[in-house]
Amino acid sequence: MRSGIFTQGTRAARWTAAGAAMVMAGLLTGCGSGSGSGSDGGTITAYVYGDDAVKVQQAAVTEFNKTSKVKVKLVSVPGTDYVNKLRSSMGSPSAPDIFFNWGGGSIKPYVDAKQLVDLTSTVNGDAELKDGFLPSIMTAGGLDGKIYGVPMRGMQPVMLFYNKKLFTENKLEAPKTWEDLQKAITTFKAQGITPFALGGSDKWPELMWMEYLLDRIGGPEVFKKIQNGDSSGWGDPAVLKAAQTVKDLVDQGAFGKNFNSVDYGNGGAPTLLNKGKAAMHLMGSWEYSTQLGKAPEFAKKDLGWTAFPTVAGGVGDAADVVGNPTNYWSINARTKHKDAAIAFLKTMASQKYAKALVDNGDIPTTSNAASMLSTSPNPQFANDQYSLVQKAPSFTLSWDQALESQYATPLLTELSKLFAGKSSPEQFVAAMKAVK
Amino acid sequence: MRGGRKTAVGNVGRPPVSWALPGILFFAVFAIVPLAIAVYLSFCKWDGLNSPTSAGLDNWTRLFKDPEVRQAAWLSLLLTTISWAFQTPVALLLGVWAAGRQRSRAVLSAVFFVPLLLSTTAIAMLFHALLDPNFGVIKEIGPWFGIDPNVMGSSTGALLTVAFVGGWQFMPFHTLIYQGGTRQIPQVLYQAAEMDGAGMFRQFFHITLPQLRNTITTSSVLMIVGSLTYFDTVLIMTKGGPGTDTTVLPYLMYRTGFQTYDLGYAAAIATALVVVATALSLVLVRFSGFGNMRSTREGM
Repeated sequence: MRSGIFTQGTRAARWTAAGAAMVMAGLLTGCGSGSGSGSDGGTITAYVYGDDAVKVQQAAVTEFNKTSKVKVKLVSVPGTDYVNKLRSSMGSPSAPDIFFNWGGGSIKPYVDAKQLVDLTSTVNGDAELKDGFLPSIMTAGGLDGKIYGVPMRGMQPVMLFYNKKLFTENKLEAPKTWEDLQKAITTFKAQGITPFALGGSDKWPELMWMEYLLDRIGGPEVFKKIQNGDSSGWGDPAVLKAAQTVKDLVDQGAFGKNFNSVDYGNGGAPTLLNKGKAAMHLMGSWEYSTQLGKAPEFAKKDLGWTAFPTVAGGVGDAADVVGNPTNYWSINARTKHKDAAIAFLKTMASQKYAKALVDNGDIPTTSNAASMLSTSPNPQFANDQYSLVQKAPSFTLSWDQALESQYATPLLTELSKLFAGKSSPEQFVAAMKAVK
Repeated sequence: MRGGRKTAVGNVGRPPVSWALPGILFFAVFAIVPLAIAVYLSFCKWDGLNSPTSAGLDNWTRLFKDPEVRQAAWLSLLLTTISWAFQTPVALLLGVWAAGRQRSRAVLSAVFFVPLLLSTTAIAMLFHALLDPNFGVIKEIGPWFGIDPNVMGSSTGALLTVAFVGGWQFMPFHTLIYQGGTRQIPQVLYQAAEMDGAGMFRQFFHITLPQLRNTITTSSVLMIVGSLTYFDTVLIMTKGGPGTDTTVLPYLMYRTGFQTYDLGYAAAIATALVVVATALSLVLVRFSGFGNMRSTREGM
């Protein structure tokens, strides 16, 4: 029987073809109907940057799903891949309904493509949202005077973390000036300890050095100019000096010899710090949560922090801060459940959520944050961080978030070449001026 | 890879062409159509969110002037050469050995086969962990052999590592090809050689190697095309670094497409890669006489 069918030439072939075509069609439509479908009230998908802080968002989602008909499904995307994955899915039919972002340049392409829900009137018409957050933070997440996001994580200034035990053992104080920094570098190098942990293979940790150095050397205006689309801003002498300082630090061995193959994402650099193999680590304030997750003993006992030191001859204010004011939830304009999404975003302003952030070691950007800090696992850290940000005359958004990807990606590549000694400070400046 | 000329042997009992339909359809949907779209996109400017707009020849003129593309092309070529030179001899010898009837051959062959079964991502992450300069095995073992633990932080080290990891993973596959090829060699040839007094080495160089000529071509084409499009290991292990020293063409394409979101230019790089890889394999097939498939059996 069977062999008969198969040798029957054309008719069997037609069936096979038809079968194959149906399989294809199934596959294709399968790709096309990604999100939004669901029973009952439906589901909204929320993409969040996957790190040690996700548990706070997960708890909020669980809480929200208890009462809401529309359920939120939280998708934790591993940090290194987050931007990619978000961008690719935003251009596809299976885009998330709600997604984590950094505001500013990070959402500009989506705003330009009219993919975001304009939350301006929603926020202004809702006392809970309008008064719930620090006004400066709310505007920092917007673009052209409109609001596209609701703050959902703590403030994230970049700070200089250090291993207190190593500093005491070597009779050193946390560095306040460039001289202190140099002294610390020499002392630790002599001990065989890497002065600064640096996750160079991830590239963005290197950017933090450049951001602070440029700020201390030339002030925040230099990058402001670049951010506003004037690429001649890279030609500012302060940029060259900052790049030169980077080169000097690298040549000096301030980051050790193998920072090029150390990462942050998989825990390389934080482990160097908590194991005492490196003395300091310039990192966003989330380093505290990271250390609390990876080495709780160390985080509680030996983890110290301070502001980035002054740089000799620089005109920037030593109180300036760089980093991320906070992260935001934005809503995809194509969502089928806009009201539910807004309802979920409102829970971000709740006392309970702010408390959960504080308990995780974060400083929420809610207006009532200051009063809660005493219950933080480390009130000292919380208060220091809060006052650091509060007193800062300028808070520069991380460059890779402030700039659009067509500038940010080459920036990271060029910077990594500079750190790796593959290009000179002059070449770095020339390459950045040429990016279009 | 399957040469169509063999069918000339005879059409008796051959299935109709329509049997190829599912295959053709599959190939069309997943290869031809995407390829056509990529070619189309290479003449566009597209950020992946808005609709593509025409860019004329911009991407292509840029491609030929871009120093990054030149460096990436050179690195791809280098990686391909290293991979080929590393994998071919080892896989060939292993394959010939595995085709024999020694004791415990089957067991060892199975063991050698294991890397091919693992996912590329898992392998890359495994080696990434092993080669971690501070906490990896390399930190302990490297110095014994005079290897600086910072293998992946140096330009040569990183490229060699990528080539090695790829080789480690795909060698079993090529071993399998060579094993099959060796088994196809008629025993009479060896018997005749033995009677003429040829030893093991002469048999290898005068029978096995020449008889494997087409197998070597097949394996080389697969290797070269594979190395030219080698991407996942680079992404996971080096991210194109240090600096841009392991930014091979496929990675540059990825970075341009999915990090800079200049999908038009990325499509141009991709199209160029397809053209180069196709051209290379055609040249290889032409010059190795692979097209005349029947030649190895001549006189039999």
